[in-house]
Amino acid sequence: MIAGRAALLAGTTVLLAPLFLFTDYHLFELTLAIATALAILGLNLVTGHTGQISLGHGAFYAIGAYVTAILMADYDVPYWATLPASAVVCAVVGFAIGLPALRLRGHYLALTTFALAVAMPQILKYRGLEGLTGGVQGIVLAKAGPPFGLALTPDRWLYLFALAVAAPLFLLVYNLARGRIGLAMAAIRDHPLAAEAMGIDLARLKTGTFAISALITGIAGSLGAIAVQFVAPDSFPPLLSIFLFVGLIVGGIRSEAGAVIGALFVQFVPDLADQVSKAAPGALYGLALIAVLYLMPQGAAGALRRALAPLLHLRSGGAPAAGTGGRRANPGGTRHVE
Amino acid sequence: MAGVLHQLVAGLATGGIYASVALALVTIYRATHHVNFAQGEMATFSTYVALTLIEAGLPYWIAFALTVIASFVTGVVIERLLLRPMARAPALSSVGVLIGLLLIFNSLSGWLFGYAIKTFPSPFEATTAKGLLGGYVSAHELGATAVTLAMLLGVFLFFRHTKLGLAMRAAAYNPASSRLVGIRVGRMLAFGWGLAAAIGAVAGMLIAPVVFLDPTMMGGILLYAFAGALLGGIDNPLGAVLGGFAVGVIENLGGAYVVGTELKLTLALLIIVGVLLVRPAGLFGRALVTRV
Repeated sequence: MIAGRAALLAGTTVLLAPLFLFTDYHLFELTLAIATALAILGLNLVTGHTGQISLGHGAFYAIGAYVTAILMADYDVPYWATLPASAVVCAVVGFAIGLPALRLRGHYLALTTFALAVAMPQILKYRGLEGLTGGVQGIVLAKAGPPFGLALTPDRWLYLFALAVAAPLFLLVYNLARGRIGLAMAAIRDHPLAAEAMGIDLARLKTGTFAISALITGIAGSLGAIAVQFVAPDSFPPLLSIFLFVGLIVGGIRSEAGAVIGALFVQFVPDLADQVSKAAPGALYGLALIAVLYLMPQGAAGALRRALAPLLHLRSGGAPAAGTGGRRANPGGTRHVE
Repeated sequence: MAGVLHQLVAGLATGGIYASVALALVTIYRATHHVNFAQGEMATFSTYVALTLIEAGLPYWIAFALTVIASFVTGVVIERLLLRPMARAPALSSVGVLIGLLLIFNSLSGWLFGYAIKTFPSPFEATTAKGLLGGYVSAHELGATAVTLAMLLGVFLFFRHTKLGLAMRAAAYNPASSRLVGIRVGRMLAFGWGLAAAIGAVAGMLIAPVVFLDPTMMGGILLYAFAGALLGGIDNPLGAVLGGFAVGVIENLGGAYVVGTELKLTLALLIIVGVLLVRPAGLFGRALVTRV
């Protein structure tokens, strides 16, 4: 109990310290990192826990961002009130995409979601939707300031706001993954047929996971749009989805802490690598992706946990092997088609 | 009517490129059940290599041949080094490695050759400057289609009538039994990757004069090729080739008369989703049965 409180206190201190230590610009970057962490958290649920590979979560991020932008610019909705709307829209879209995804597995699903990511900018540019989306020009948003006359700069306020939005969602995923539903998701991932035989409603759980995952990533998109104050089709290229995927793998596919580590990696490593060459961030992402898959399939979070376990006397919790080595091909000559 | 005819012919010309890339995808899919997400970026990189050789003063066809050989070797090396250890890993791991390859090749193209859009020479334009067949086809379209068809025929003959081709088909169809009769299955898989990389390189060099060369050149093309491969049946090379041509025609006619050029990529998405939902095996593929 005391240890728990101490951890909570330490965590809160770490999260609030940047408010006093960092410049506005760095806080703005951290706010974006929180949005990215949320987006990866959504991916965590659908790809990490349920085993449905999505290379298209950038599309949900884009939809969330656009819902917020359209509501703010065209309907004068305050920025905070756009989040529930964006959550609902993204959950519905996620559910709709989860339905056909039910019939796809492994590489096929990855391919289909990737196609969605590639097509997204074109759909946003489409002339028939221009009245709504602003076409290629996109939409410029007003800066969201602190309420009640708080003596905070807008960037400082938005950092707090993003934290306040992200915390309950992280808690939601944490509890979801460790409860009855988490067990069902693991069963579906590791052996769908056996899971179904045990009475798990495969279709309902898979589409439900897709919806919640899209909801979380959509809210991340809204936060991103509010912070950047601008959306345009080319802010959401297919590479965005791939970067989220990189963050997922690098951080650790089934770890909430991994989502944060992955987001920090995706957000800040390019800043450093950019000084070498324009191409360096991409190359670094690619190398990191392959290196992590080979060297620490549980991602940075898994590696950290293993390194710290003796120090903290953490119960290992029987964390199931993530990434490689989970499922082996059947020895009997049957062929699994993913 | 003339307009439709023109779109049809243009569709067949680009369809040939999609058919080649689709064939490359199918070659890898049959052997390892991997969808090679890096195929497009690898082809783009090969095309840059070809451009560098041509700019260094080599004649077009010699640069062409050297590029194909270099791509083949690269494909073999990638399979041996990176994908072999992932052969039995879950899908997420192999998808991860392939996405990593995509990012690396994309960055390498930009890093080594720059992000500026470049023109790529065509060996056919010098012969006739204006359109052929009553102005419907450009010399390049005709030449590229001829090269594509020759390549497809060559690959077909290779798989049908050579011992190596037979061994490759056997290794893809039933690795365990193939191994028992003395086929080096691992070597066949690596060879398949090499072949796919070489086919991709040819496609890249043929499309580059049309769409111009930049590091993201093959992004959309890869998607159409996927759509074509799925439409024809992703385990059927001939089906994938026909699917590639079909997607080229659908894309051009659809772009011109139905959805407009802005939503062409969305058309590819719709074809992919449609095929996977209605007939996952594709038009010519075998329906898949898994024993459990």
